[in-house]
Amino acid sequence: MAEPVKLIGAVGSPFTHRAEAALRLKGVPYELVHEDLDNKSELLLRLNPLNKTVPVLLHGDRAICESLVIVQYVDEAFDGPPLLPTDPYDRATTARFWAHFMEHKCSMPFWMALWSGGERRKGFVEEARENLALLEEHLQVHGKRFLAGDAVGYPDLAGSYIPLMLDMFEELSGTSLMGDDEYPAMRRWVKEYNSDEAVKSCVTNKKQLAAYFRVKKDKYKMMVKAMLKQY
Amino acid sequence: MAEPVKLIGAVGSPFTHRAEAALRLKGVPYELIHEDLDNKSELLLRLNPLNKTVPVLLHGDRAICESLVIVQYIDEAFDGPPLLPEEPYDRATTARFWAHFMEHKFSMPFWMALWLDGEPQKGFVREARENLALLEEHLQAQGKKFLAGDSVGYPDLAGSYIPLMLDMFKELSGTSLMGDDEYPAVRQWVKEYNSDEAVKSCLTNKEQLAAYFRVKKDKYKMMVKAMLKQQ
Repeated sequence: MAEPVKLIGAVGSPFTHRAEAALRLKGVPYELVHEDLDNKSELLLRLNPLNKTVPVLLHGDRAICESLVIVQYVDEAFDGPPLLPTDPYDRATTARFWAHFMEHKCSMPFWMALWSGGERRKGFVEEARENLALLEEHLQVHGKRFLAGDAVGYPDLAGSYIPLMLDMFEELSGTSLMGDDEYPAMRRWVKEYNSDEAVKSCVTNKKQLAAYFRVKKDKYKMMVKAMLKQY
Repeated sequence: MAEPVKLIGAVGSPFTHRAEAALRLKGVPYELIHEDLDNKSELLLRLNPLNKTVPVLLHGDRAICESLVIVQYIDEAFDGPPLLPEEPYDRATTARFWAHFMEHKFSMPFWMALWLDGEPQKGFVREARENLALLEEHLQAQGKKFLAGDSVGYPDLAGSYIPLMLDMFKELSGTSLMGDDEYPAVRQWVKEYNSDEAVKSCLTNKEQLAAYFRVKKDKYKMMVKAMLKQQ
């Protein structure tokens, strides 16, 4: 009998979404264990002592931390549609390179543009737009529905914060990230991602994230302000 | 006949070292194409238009960018000793989790502690030492020669900037990162890494990096200072 799978996460967490979407795409039955990020459980702190964050995947008694490490584990430990291409060159250049871009180049300016204010925000918005232009170019050249092919995969999950947060961006930040006629390939990708059945069926979906961030908006703005003052 | 392998890199680049060490560990013959980072070649800019950095691996006419993406490509595309464990759980928890830690948690405070001075430096030194303590704990608990087993692997390559730079830290930064009797397991790991035959045989070795950073010390200090002022 298959070992039980539990995902310790928070419904407002884009990182939990990555792991949950991977489980759904792979067709793995799981239980979502809800974590209150303002009052972290002893279980979470015990399973993820280093970072003390969600998500944590529990496969039987084996705990795996770090959302993108979890996604790769889900891909390798379970049968189901592959989340990465099989050919090493495709794995490197479409899947891993673009996952790296989404996580380590695109992410910071995006979130900073969302939560910062005034002059500082302008710089982050500019940087976020440069990244969107690079993404647009890749999607246009690559000509597939998703970042590494015609099914949702690893780099899409890495960049899923964009499809999940884009509609809310103006409402939360008070500024616009792009005009309605800009970045058409990227808009299409966002639409495709949000239309995917496995993605839509997640508990950590677009609506849940919207509800969470509306409540937490001021808290995140304050956190970012304090962080920027430190430098 | 096997397709030629070229590594476009710089001898002073810890990122190039990761890729070069992976090729050596895997036993893949290659040609190192020397790049002058102050005067980037048209070849580099064409092959890596997004980031314009080294290393870039050329396998035949296929270009792969991003040092850790290159390391994983080398592991998958060529025969030779594996750089990641076989078992999905080990791959996730020892290899990928610790590679993530080395690259995304430890790296920034380490380099900031190296290049800053005064009060700002103190904060980063503190953070770097906290990370050293976590690394120490893992190495002691795991009881292996390297981060994911008894041979150099993916997470060691991700964290290789530590063994390569540690001896020079005081000379370059003007401050000490650790006392001689502190973090014994980390010191052991550093020694093991630097004693490895494949690692030692790299052109991007400890001595080359030391020579490069001694020359560039003031330039990096200025760059980091300017970067922090901008924020």
